[in-house]
Amino acid sequence: MATATQSDQAERRTRWITVLLLAPSAFWYLALLVVPLAIVVVFSFGERAAAGGYQAAFTIANYLNLPARAAAFRNTLILAPVGTIVCLLAAYPLAYYLAIKASPRMRLFLLILVIVPFWTSFLIRTYAWMFILGGRGLPAVIEWLGLGEVRLINTPLSVLIGMVYGYLPLMVFPIFVSLERLDKRLIEAAADLGSNPWRSFLQVTLPLSAPGVITGCMLVFILLMGEYLIPQLLGGGKVFFIGNALVDLFLQSRNWPFGSAVAMGLVVIMLATVTIYLRVTRRYGAGRDVSLL
Amino acid sequence: MRAYSIAVYLFLYAPIVLIVLFSFNSGNNASDFQGFSTLWYGKAANNRFVIEAVTHSLIVASSSASLATVFGTMAALAIQRVRGAARLFFDAMTYIAIMVPGIVIGISTLIALVTTFGLVNNILTTIWPGDPATAPQLGMGFGSIIAAHTLFSLALVIVIVRARIAGMDRSLMEASADLYATPWGTFRQVTLPLILPAVVAGFLLSFTFSFDDFVVAFWVAGSKTTLPIYIFASIRRGVTPEINAIGTVVLTVSLILLFSAQFLLRRGEKPKAKAA
Repeated sequence: MATATQSDQAERRTRWITVLLLAPSAFWYLALLVVPLAIVVVFSFGERAAAGGYQAAFTIANYLNLPARAAAFRNTLILAPVGTIVCLLAAYPLAYYLAIKASPRMRLFLLILVIVPFWTSFLIRTYAWMFILGGRGLPAVIEWLGLGEVRLINTPLSVLIGMVYGYLPLMVFPIFVSLERLDKRLIEAAADLGSNPWRSFLQVTLPLSAPGVITGCMLVFILLMGEYLIPQLLGGGKVFFIGNALVDLFLQSRNWPFGSAVAMGLVVIMLATVTIYLRVTRRYGAGRDVSLL
Repeated sequence: MRAYSIAVYLFLYAPIVLIVLFSFNSGNNASDFQGFSTLWYGKAANNRFVIEAVTHSLIVASSSASLATVFGTMAALAIQRVRGAARLFFDAMTYIAIMVPGIVIGISTLIALVTTFGLVNNILTTIWPGDPATAPQLGMGFGSIIAAHTLFSLALVIVIVRARIAGMDRSLMEASADLYATPWGTFRQVTLPLILPAVVAGFLLSFTFSFDDFVVAFWVAGSKTTLPIYIFASIRRGVTPEINAIGTVVLTVSLILLFSAQFLLRRGEKPKAKAA
C-alpha cells in the first residue's frame, strides 16, 4: 500500500516535470504561430478598410481575386522547382566527389569550404551577383570578347543563378552525408559482378543516396517558395515571386485582407506539395528517415 | 569530376572574392576599382548607424538563440514521454514552424502584434491615471524580433536535439537511475553530456539564422534596425564599398568562430558525426 502511493507520487511528479518542460515551447507555438496564422485566416475573409488595413467582414472575394496575382504564383511555381532541380544537378557531382573520390585527409577541409559561403551574409552574397550580372560585370566581358550584347540582370536567368548560388551548400550537405554513409564495398561488388560504372551508379549508388537527395530537395524547395530577396535584388521587380507580391500588398497598397489571402494561398500550396512529395518518396521506401521530425 | 568540383568552388567563391576585393576600393563607386585603401573600413567603423545595427543584431541573435536552445532542449527531452493529442500538437507545430515561409511568419506576427497592441494600448490609455498622452504604450522592437526569431529557432533546436536523443543509448540513463542517481543528477551527468553536441549545433544554427535574417525582422523590427535591414536599405540607396567592408568583417569573424569551434570540438573527445 505504502509503495503504491509512493510510485503514484513519483509518477505525478514526473508528469508535472514533463508539463513544465513543455510549457514554454507550447506557449511560443500558440502565441506566435497558431494565433497569428489564425488571425491571417480571419483577415483573408475580411475587407480592406478605406484607409488601408483590415475591416471586419465575411467574404470570399479575396480568394476569388487571387488570379490578379497569377504572374507571381506562376513565376514562383515555375522557378522554385526549376531552381531546386538545377541545384540538385549542380550539387550531386560535387557531393559524390567529396564523399567518394576525395582523399579522407582533404575531405573535411573541402566540406568546410562548401559551408563557408553560407556564413557570409545572404544579402551581401546576393548583392555580389547584382554586381557580376549587372551591366559592368559579365555582360561587359562578353561584349568585349565580341560575343554580342546580352542583358543578364533582372531576367529569370539571373534570379535562377542567384537561387542556385544561395542554396547550393544546403543541397550538397545532405547528399554528402548519405553518400558517405554508403558502404563502398557495394559499389565494388557491383563492379566485380560485371556491372559497368554507369550501371552501378544508377542501380547501387543513386538509390542508396536517395534519402539525402530527398532531404536536400525539400529544404531548398521550401526556402525557394518563400523567396523574397533574390527576386527583389536580381529580378529588379520584373521577375516577381509571391513573396514580392506580399510585400507589395502589405506595404504599398495596404490591402491586408487580400495580402492575407495570398499568404494563405502560398501556405496551402507549400503544405500540399511537401506532404504529397513526402508520401510519394516514402512509398518507394527511400524516404523513411527523411521526415523533418 | 575533379575539374567539375573545382568549377563549383570557383562559382561559390568568385562573388566572395569580389566582395573582399572591392572592400579595399579607394573610390566610392562600387563597380570601379580605383586603388587600394582601407578607407571604407574606417568609415563603417565610425558610422553610428552601422554600430547601432550590429549591436541590435547581436542582442537579438544571442537572446533568441539562448531562449530557443533552452526551451527547445527542454521540449525535446520531455516530448517522448508524451502520447496522444499533446504529441500530435507538438509534431504538427514543429513541422509547420519550419515549413511556413519566413515572409508569412513575419507578416502574421506583425498583424497579430498590431492587433493585440492596439487593444492593449487602448486599455492602457483608458486606465492610465495621468495625462492619456503619457500612458505607456506597447510597440514593435527588440521584444517582437526576438519572439519571432525564437519561434523558428525553437523548432530547429527541437528537431536537432530529438534526432540526437533518438540515436542515444537509453540503457545508460536507466543504469544511472538504477545506481540511485536523482533525475537531475542523471540529466546533468549522463544525458546532457550526450546531447551537448546537438545543443551546441542548435544554438549556433539559431544564432546564425537570427543574425542573418532579413525577411522576418523586416516586418516586426519597428525602429530597431538590425544589420541585414541596414544592408538592405543601403543596397537600395545605391551602394558604396562600405557594405563590402561590413560583409568582409562578418565573414572574417564567422570564419574565426567556425574554425575555433572546429578546433575545440577536435580537442575534446572524438566527436561523433553531428546529429544535424
